[in-house]
Amino acid sequence: MLWKKQIPLAIAFIMGLIFGIQYFVPHRISDQFFQGYLDWGIVIGIFGSMLGFISFYRAHGMRVKKKAPAWPYSLIAIAVSIFMALAGFIQGRETGTIYSNMYFYVLVSIEGTMFSLLAFYISSAAYRAFRARSAQATALLIAAIVVMLGRVPLGEQLSFWSNIWPSLPSITNISDWILNVPNMAAKRSMELGIGLGIMMLSLKIVLGIERSYMGSD
Amino acid sequence: MAKQQQEKSFWQKLIGIDRRVIYLIIALAMILPFFFQMGLPIPVTDEVKRVYDYVEGLTPTDCVVLSADFSPSVAPELSPMFEAVFRHCLKNKVKVLVISLLPQGPGLVEPVVQQAARDHRATNGVDYAFLGYQYGFSLVIMRMMENIEAAFPNDYYGTKTSDLPVMKNIHNYEEIDLIVSLTGSSNHRVWLTYAHEPYNVPVAPGVTAVIAADVYPYLQSKQFIGMLGGLKGAAEYETLIEEKKMASMGMEAQNWAHIVIILFIIIGNIGFFAIKRQERA
Repeated sequence: MLWKKQIPLAIAFIMGLIFGIQYFVPHRISDQFFQGYLDWGIVIGIFGSMLGFISFYRAHGMRVKKKAPAWPYSLIAIAVSIFMALAGFIQGRETGTIYSNMYFYVLVSIEGTMFSLLAFYISSAAYRAFRARSAQATALLIAAIVVMLGRVPLGEQLSFWSNIWPSLPSITNISDWILNVPNMAAKRSMELGIGLGIMMLSLKIVLGIERSYMGSD
Repeated sequence: MAKQQQEKSFWQKLIGIDRRVIYLIIALAMILPFFFQMGLPIPVTDEVKRVYDYVEGLTPTDCVVLSADFSPSVAPELSPMFEAVFRHCLKNKVKVLVISLLPQGPGLVEPVVQQAARDHRATNGVDYAFLGYQYGFSLVIMRMMENIEAAFPNDYYGTKTSDLPVMKNIHNYEEIDLIVSLTGSSNHRVWLTYAHEPYNVPVAPGVTAVIAADVYPYLQSKQFIGMLGGLKGAAEYETLIEEKKMASMGMEAQNWAHIVIILFIIIGNIGFFAIKRQERA
């Protein structure tokens, strides 16, 4: 109990208090302390990455060992990670090396493909779900169409009225207004709420009221 | 009655287009514009113009930190942005420190850096420094405020940062004139919190279109000097520096993809209202 609860709570409280004071004290000792924290933070983080590697090989190794469903993929994951590491260490990572080519012609393509699938899903989902069922939904629909048109060059070309009556706003102008006024008002209130929430949660952690970060047991 | 039934089935068909047909049309709308360019003019927004004007106003003694904090999934949007800003800096002989706070970043931008450097006859270590990736994100940003060389002891190619001529008069944020953070998440806020607020270093984020909406409150409060939002932001910057590349080409595809999606939404709504009307009748 002492190691799992009291000591972590004490560390959170003491460090929270020290860094709270440190931020407002422009003194040499305070700066040195902060520099020490930066070094420690990076070292601890790198050790955390090592835990990640161990966890990766352990999890996939177990899957291969137990011949779990889709275990060949785990084998590929292990093999490719080792291959990439070796390729980087032996040949380097400059343009034209195996590491660089694997990165560009395999990883970049795979990740790009995965992300680009969104365009297809969004199109299909928008067609099926974007209906003017109510006044709010209609407002959202109109705003979405205006912003979509305003974000492409064709939007400006379609604003024929701007050529006849230059004082009237073009689709791009209306799109900019939507982003700069209603969107910003909503975003700002959300940001303020999130900011206050972070402050409250931080205080609760420092004071030991919020303990869920320590796990359940 | 039969006619009405037939009409109803038409509306039902209209709202029930097979998703594979939608996928095919979207694919065509995105692929064909790469071969048949319309060359539509790209209007420049104020937030992009502000970033351009700021870089344009920098001199060869000034230094820009270009932080490629993105992964391959968002590279099609952010890589052209990175290239446009980097080329603009090289064109104006402004010193550039290329860094990345995500491990995937340096590999993505290295070819871009090399190509742009060749085109502008810039030398690594002299006109710009490619410092690569360093673990720690916010910790690295905080470390840079005291000492950039401590945050990045070696460059991407293993040369000691202190040995690079470009670093001669650059030690911390006091010598940095602009930070451009290119990110597909909310990482630009970390630069705001740890670089802009305590040290007043001007920051301009380059973000994906999805994230762009989050940046507007900070633009109005003038905490960011400007913003490059999505592929359009990159295309606008290419227009301003008069070097039309991938972003400008990609805008044509995005143009048609948006039009097709809007058409599908309209078709879906026409069908929806027609069916509703029939049901009422």
